[in-house]
Amino acid sequence: MSTISQAPSTTTAHLEPVPDPWRGFPTGSWQERVDVRDFIQRSYTPYLGDAEFLAGATPKTRRLWQTLERDYLSVERERRVYDVDTATPSDVDAFGAGYISDDDDVIVGLQTDTPLKRAMMPAGGWRMVETAIREAGKEPDPDIKRIFTRYRKTHNEAVFDIYTPRVRAARSAHVITGLPDSYGRGRIIGDYRRVALYGVDALIEDKKRAKDAVADQPFSEHWARYREEHAEQIKALTKLKVLGAQYGFDLARPAATAQEAVQWTYLAYLGAVRSQDGAAMSIGRLSGFLDVYMERDLAEARITETDAQELIDALVIKLRIVRFLRTEDYDQIFSGDPYWATWTDGGLGDDGRTLVTKTSFRLLQTLRNLGPAPEPNITIYWDEQLPDGYKRFCAAISIETSAIQYESDAQIRERWGDDSAIACCVSPMRVGKQMQFFGARVNLAKALLYAINGGRDEVTGAQVVTGHAPVPGDAPLDFDEVWARFEDMLDWVIGTYVEALNIIHYSHDRYAYEAMEMALHDSEIVRTMGCGIAGLSIVADSLAAIRYATVTPVRTDDGLVTDYLTEGDFPRYGNDDDRADDIAATVVHTVMEKLRAIPMYRDAIPTQSVLTITSNVVYGRSTGSFPCGHRAGTPFAPGANPTNGADTHGMVASMFSVGKLDYVDALDGISLTNTITPAGLGRTPAERVTNLVGILDAGFAPQD
Amino acid sequence: MPATLPDRLAAPAAADATTLDQGFAAPSGRRSGAGTAALAVSEAQRSERLARMRAGELGSVHSWELVTAVDGPGTRMTVFLAGCPLRCLYCHNPDTWQMRAGEPIEAQEILARLRRYRKVFAATGGGLTLSGGEVLMQPAFAARLLAGAKAMGVHTCLDTSGYLGAACTDEMLDDVDLVLLDIKAGDEQTHRRVTGRPLAPTLAFGQRLAAAGIRVWVRFVLVPGVTDDPDNIRKVAEHAAAIGTLERVEVLPFHQMGRDKWDALGLDYALTDVAPPTDEQWSAACEQFRRLGLPVGGNPAGVSR
Repeated sequence: MSTISQAPSTTTAHLEPVPDPWRGFPTGSWQERVDVRDFIQRSYTPYLGDAEFLAGATPKTRRLWQTLERDYLSVERERRVYDVDTATPSDVDAFGAGYISDDDDVIVGLQTDTPLKRAMMPAGGWRMVETAIREAGKEPDPDIKRIFTRYRKTHNEAVFDIYTPRVRAARSAHVITGLPDSYGRGRIIGDYRRVALYGVDALIEDKKRAKDAVADQPFSEHWARYREEHAEQIKALTKLKVLGAQYGFDLARPAATAQEAVQWTYLAYLGAVRSQDGAAMSIGRLSGFLDVYMERDLAEARITETDAQELIDALVIKLRIVRFLRTEDYDQIFSGDPYWATWTDGGLGDDGRTLVTKTSFRLLQTLRNLGPAPEPNITIYWDEQLPDGYKRFCAAISIETSAIQYESDAQIRERWGDDSAIACCVSPMRVGKQMQFFGARVNLAKALLYAINGGRDEVTGAQVVTGHAPVPGDAPLDFDEVWARFEDMLDWVIGTYVEALNIIHYSHDRYAYEAMEMALHDSEIVRTMGCGIAGLSIVADSLAAIRYATVTPVRTDDGLVTDYLTEGDFPRYGNDDDRADDIAATVVHTVMEKLRAIPMYRDAIPTQSVLTITSNVVYGRSTGSFPCGHRAGTPFAPGANPTNGADTHGMVASMFSVGKLDYVDALDGISLTNTITPAGLGRTPAERVTNLVGILDAGFAPQD
Repeated sequence: MPATLPDRLAAPAAADATTLDQGFAAPSGRRSGAGTAALAVSEAQRSERLARMRAGELGSVHSWELVTAVDGPGTRMTVFLAGCPLRCLYCHNPDTWQMRAGEPIEAQEILARLRRYRKVFAATGGGLTLSGGEVLMQPAFAARLLAGAKAMGVHTCLDTSGYLGAACTDEMLDDVDLVLLDIKAGDEQTHRRVTGRPLAPTLAFGQRLAAAGIRVWVRFVLVPGVTDDPDNIRKVAEHAAAIGTLERVEVLPFHQMGRDKWDALGLDYALTDVAPPTDEQWSAACEQFRRLGLPVGGNPAGVSR
């Protein structure tokens, strides 16, 4: 491993000498190789105090946010899409500099030349782009269309070249929904901090070295792909320098101040969101890293706390106006227009010190300074051992804004180390060392109905799966028999699902490769196949009904079971009742076992998520009625939530039920969405904070 | 007081401290509904069941729930016992009046569940709350649960009208950390009208709690046209102030969430047309307590039982 050369202090166009970027930083192996975690661990200052030190929004921040709201965001809310550039396929350096207003000079950079104007990314597929342009009231450019339908093959075209009949059948029957076969897969987090710490030139050198390290090996397809992908990464990094120059920055060298560190990191992210419109474009774990620069500048009296807050506020403003060109159908699947700029914070390090810094507080403070917003999606790794001041500030901001989500730090750290971040809403990955092949999810609830109907669709009556017999007769359903058929049906469903995912990610790598994001990864990385399930609570409750009550199928004239007569009581998932909760855990485990048995594209490690936050309406609409009483066409409960109304013993009891799902079976994450009114947490603000902290601390593992 | 209100609803024939045993109607089996989900229902036969209920090994339970900030401090496992001697006009759980309507549950079954949640209780400063119905309808069962909770270091709380305070033994009080004492009305006449029962046992129980050094939160449900007479509120405040160990007063606004249960049970609900108090009415009631120097909380959005 050769040394990364430290950039010399040079003179820039600003005619001020650039201070030594690494001045005062502790030495360590991060100077020998790309290792941001090592840099953070050696350099950061844990903050154990409370929120008293924080500064409010500066007049400039307020003016900038008001301008955005008045001239852009309010207009966008009216017409859904503010504007589309129909002439320029987007890329890292495809657009020149753009600004919100004269106040926009703290952290700069827009995806196009105008705030909220959306750009085309046709490498994913032309049809989606054309539909989205027309839905926005504009006409596609015929030259661009010709290029991407005639000369340049897209990801979407490749996928449908390869799809098998059974994948097509499962897709059109809505057994598998929302697959990233016509839009960017996302769920890749570039380590954007690398640009600030090392500068682009050092990263290019590193990638060239990695590319040529295999130059004398014999040809293989794997070898060729490795070299070609490295070449793409190097080109993306070169474009990133152009992007920097458009805004007047020399990204070739490392950032030398806090302002530069935020700016460099943001421009790296901007390069990613200019070149990819993945379903989730998360930004990673920045607070501890940026805080090192903040602390140094504060010590050098280069900035004040107000300046530090202004930098983070300015960055968050930029993250709030990322936009992608989406179709109305897409918005339906994802319940709006999310881009999941997830920013992970909190947590502990392997050495037991908290990773909370003052910048962790500054990030939360943006929700007060700018008001609540869904992006960036702030995700806190929670542990009982987090500093009390931070826990209370998180809880207070949660109560004020409902804008924070929480993950168990211990469970994630144990698996993925102490420099992981969440992509999208629950998928953890080591930053810069791991990526996910996003797999949307399979409609597990529908699979249960297919098991009962022998592969006939309960809504259309069509025979979607062959070779499976329906449950015979009109007698009440027998649990063991239904379970056996369910397992058989899962073999088909999961097999078909993974086949689709393998095809999709093979094609995505070939035709819509994320060169910018992957340039900010190590050369050898871990890949996971992020499979997901929808409808867990319906499956668990229905199987519990079959087992503990009497469920008689109701058939149409031609024998299709379309409804169920359920008599008697049965336990329901979500009440900390082992009878139902064990069924849920067994279902998740069974799916995982079936996933593990199937070879994955690029040796990806299969993982599972139980996380439908957004698409429950879509899944429910195309699914029939269930033994548990869930009616045809009605929305599923989100993620691992109990069925709406089935959890009758309080939110904490439902948390215990969800806690029984084994994390090993769902390493891509499990989500539980809860609504608590502030008044439901206590009578005074302090009591509410204490109670929310207590609920989060409790952890939901039963005590033996 | 509006003339349309009945003077009192039918109170159960025999349900005071001295005749408690006759009021002991054992539940007959599993009801529909998810009230006791995850608690195994006892299979004991009727004669054995009665004997075991008297011994406190078995109780008639309406439901359980894990709640935050409503039945005492922190996150708590609240167990609603079935059976109540009062017939409060504004009761929002009339399905807890009849002991026979509950389900037979072993004390051990509840304690095993309580044990699972010890960390939640420790983290939130919560614990066990026994509510109802009226918890003191089943004093032996309650005593066993309280002793079991204390044995595992769990904070305990009784949510009671105090009407059956005489059924609470001194040994039982040793295992109680906090009592949520519901004072339904300030004067005898209003109390009888609201609950069908006299006020004196409640006040006596309050004094006994103070003498035993047990912390008390007084709870008072503000029902427009029924309990909101300033004179009535003043008297409630005076009764509360007389309890030496009073820690907090909670003024709970009446709500209409119980109406459906009255209808479902075929009961005659007298408050159909009563609106919840306005914020101003609620604040004014709180102010009456504050005037006596009492720490008033209560939650405008809180749920009264």
